Amino acid sequence: MAGTRGKRTKWSKESATAVLDTTRDEPGPLLISLQALQSRFGYVCDKDIELVAAACNVSRAEVHGVLTFYRDLRRTPPPNHLVQICVAEACQSLGSRSLVEAIERSCGTRIGETNADVEIQAAYCLGNCALGPAAFVDEVLIGRSTVEKIRSELSKSELRR
Amino acid sequence: MKPVRVFVPKDSAAKSVGADDVARAISQEARARKVELEIVRTGSRGAMWLEPLVEVEVDGIRVAYGPMSAEVVPSLFDSQFYFGANHPLFLGLSDEIDWIKRQDRFTFARVGIVDPLSTDDYEVHGGMIGLRRALGLNSLEIVEEIVASGLRGRGGAGFPAGIKWRTVAQAASSKKYICCNADEGDSGTFADRMLMEGDPFTLIEGMTIAAVAVGADEGIIFIRSEYRAAIAAMQDAIDLARKKKWLGASILGSDFSFDIRIRVGAGSYICGEETAMLESIEGKRGVVRSKPPLPANEGLFGKPTLINNVLTLATVPRILELGADSYASRGVGRSLGTQVFQLSGNVARGGIVETSFGILLGDLVNDYGAGTLSARPVKAVQVGGPLGAYFPKSLFNVSMDYESLLAAGGMLGHGGVVIFDETVNMTGQAKFAMEFCAEESCGKCTPCRVGAVRGAETLHKISQGIEVSMNRGLLLDLLDVMADGSLCAMGGLTPLAVRSAMLHFAEDFESEGGD
Ligand SMILES: Cc1cc2nc3c(=O)[nH]c(=O)nc-3n(C[C@H](O)[C@H](O)[C@H](O)COP(=O)(O)O)c2cc1C
Ligand code: SF4
Ligand code: FES
Repeated sequence: MAGTRGKRTKWSKESATAVLDTTRDEPGPLLISLQALQSRFGYVCDKDIELVAAACNVSRAEVHGVLTFYRDLRRTPPPNHLVQICVAEACQSLGSRSLVEAIERSCGTRIGETNADVEIQAAYCLGNCALGPAAFVDEVLIGRSTVEKIRSELSKSELRR
Repeated sequence: MKPVRVFVPKDSAAKSVGADDVARAISQEARARKVELEIVRTGSRGAMWLEPLVEVEVDGIRVAYGPMSAEVVPSLFDSQFYFGANHPLFLGLSDEIDWIKRQDRFTFARVGIVDPLSTDDYEVHGGMIGLRRALGLNSLEIVEEIVASGLRGRGGAGFPAGIKWRTVAQAASSKKYICCNADEGDSGTFADRMLMEGDPFTLIEGMTIAAVAVGADEGIIFIRSEYRAAIAAMQDAIDLARKKKWLGASILGSDFSFDIRIRVGAGSYICGEETAMLESIEGKRGVVRSKPPLPANEGLFGKPTLINNVLTLATVPRILELGADSYASRGVGRSLGTQVFQLSGNVARGGIVETSFGILLGDLVNDYGAGTLSARPVKAVQVGGPLGAYFPKSLFNVSMDYESLLAAGGMLGHGGVVIFDETVNMTGQAKFAMEFCAEESCGKCTPCRVGAVRGAETLHKISQGIEVSMNRGLLLDLLDVMADGSLCAMGGLTPLAVRSAMLHFAEDFESEGGD
C-alpha cells in the first residue's frame, strides 16, 4: 500500500543500504527492494534508484520501469493522512462516486492532488464489497462509508500520530 | 466451571463496521459486571448484513445476536445473553439462521466457526485429514482424485484443476513451484480474503497436497497489498504450521518437504493474470507473457509451476478428506461441486453464499440478497467481476454454472455478483469498464492499450448525445478488435461487459437529443 507519514523514517544512504541488504539476495529482488524502501521511508526517492540498480544488478531504466508500473509505489513524500475510496463497481452501486466528491469538498483537496495534510486516492476494490462504499483511512478499513465516518476516522488517526 | 465462550469476528469486513468496538465493549462490560467470558475472535460467517455478528456457545451450541454495535452491548448483558437469552437482536441458533442454513458450505466449512490461528481448532474440525491421506497416496492417485472431483479453477477461467495438476506432475524438473493466486482484484469479490483471514490453515494444507501431487518443494502465495489482515493471518499461520511440522522438512513425519512464503502485490489488477503475476513475483513489471510456454511447463523462474486460485486450493483438503465423489455429486453438468458466490453492491443481504452450481441468478439476488439496500427495483447485475456481463432482470432465470453463463453471454469469473438499482446509468458503467481497462492494461498489445482509451472516449460522446448512432457503430467495431486482437482477457473480455450493457440496456445508449 501507499505509505503514510506515520511510518516515515528520514532517508539516509546508510539506512537505504541497510534496507537493501535485507532484500538484495532474494530471488527477483527488484520489486521487493522498492517495496521495502517505501515501507521504511514512506516513498521511493530519486536517490534510491541508483542504489537499487546497484544492489539488484539491473539498469536504472529497469528500476524506473518497475517503479512507474505499480500503483502502490510513490515517488513523492507521503501525506499526513491518506484516504483511499473504492470506486470499483460494487461500491459505485452505493454511490462511491458522489462520496469521492463529498470528501473532496470536505477536505478541500481533489483526488490525486498531493497536499501536505490529506491526500485522496481512488482505489479499485478493497475486498469489502458487501459493506460498501469501502474506504481506507490511513490503512483502517471503513465499511458503509460516509463523509462523517471518514472524518471521524481521520480525527482518531490524527490523535494517534 | 469453564468461562462462557463468546465469538466475535475479526474479519476485516466485520471490523470495518465496528467488530473491534463490540469486542472491546463486551470485555469491558464483562469485567465491570464480573461475568466470566472468553472472547474468541473468529473469521466471519459471511452474512455481512448481520455484522458485527456476536455468537455465544450454550451447551456446545452457538446462538447469535446481530447486527451488533458497542452501544447495544450493555443491554446484551442486561438480558444475560451469555446464557443464550432473548434480546431484540437475538437471531436464534446460528446454524438455523435461514440465510446460513440453506447454504452448502464445503470450501467455507470452517470459516467463521474456528479460531483461524488455532491448530487445535483446525484439527478438531477436520483439518489435516486430507493431507495425511495424500501422504499415503502416490502422485498419480492424488491427481486422479482431483480430476474425478470435477474441481475447476476458481480464479476465473474455470480450467479443470486436475488436468493442470497432471501437466505439472508430468513435467520433468527437479525444481517445481506452487503459486497461489491471492490477487483477488475483481470488484465484488472477497472470498479469497475471507478464507485467508478465517481459515488460513486450509490454504496451507491445500497447497501442500498440491505440492505432494506435482512434486514441488516451494510454494508462494501472491497476496494483493490491500489485504493486510489476510497477509498477517497467512504469515502467522505459516509460522505456526512450521512449528507443527505441517510445513518444512519431513512434513507430518514423512520424507516430504515443502515450505511456503508470501509475496505482496504492489497495486496492479493485471498482476492477477497468472503470467503477469509470475513476472511480478520475479520482481519485474507485471507484463503478460505470451503462451506457450504454459506456466505448467515453464513458469516461475522458468520452472514448472502450478498456479491456482485460493478457493481452488482451499477446496482440495476436503476433497481428499471426503473423497472425489462427495464433491462431484454436487452441481450440474460440467460445473461440479460448490461455488462460493459473493453477493455485493446495492444489496440488502450481501455476503458469502456457497451453494451447489445451478442456483438461479434471480434466487441469489432475491432470495439471498432480498433485493437492493436502497429498496429501489434492481436494474442490472454484474456477474464475474469487471470483465463480466451485466444481466437484466429478464435473465434472472439463468443457471449459475460455467456453461449456462457462457451461453447467456456472460461468465462466472471468480463468482462475484454485484447488484445495481434503477438509478444506474449503463453508459456510465460501460465507460467505467473501458476506463478501468485503460488504467490497468499492461500495455503489451495495442487493441487493449489504445482501444480502451478510445472506447472510453467514444462512450463519453454517446453519453453526451454526440453523433450517437455513428459512435455506437464505431464502438461495436472497436469491441470486435479488442476481443479478437488482445493477448489476454483484460482487453479480450472488457468488450463482454460493454457489449452486455449495450445489448440489454439499449435505452441507456440512445441519443439524448434524438439523433
Ligand atoms: C486480467 C486478469 C485478472 C485476473 N485476476 C485473477 C485474480 O485476481 N485471482 C485469480 O485467482 N485469478 C485471476 N485471473 C486468472 C488467472 O490468470 C489464472 O487463470 C488463475 O489464477 C488460475 O487458477 P485457477 O485455475 O485455480 O483458477 C485473472 C486473469 C486475468 C486475465
Ligand atoms: S490484453 Fe491488455 S492487459 Fe492483456 S496482454 Fe494485452 S495489453 Fe496487456
Ligand atoms: S468494489 Fe469496493 S470494496 Fe470491492
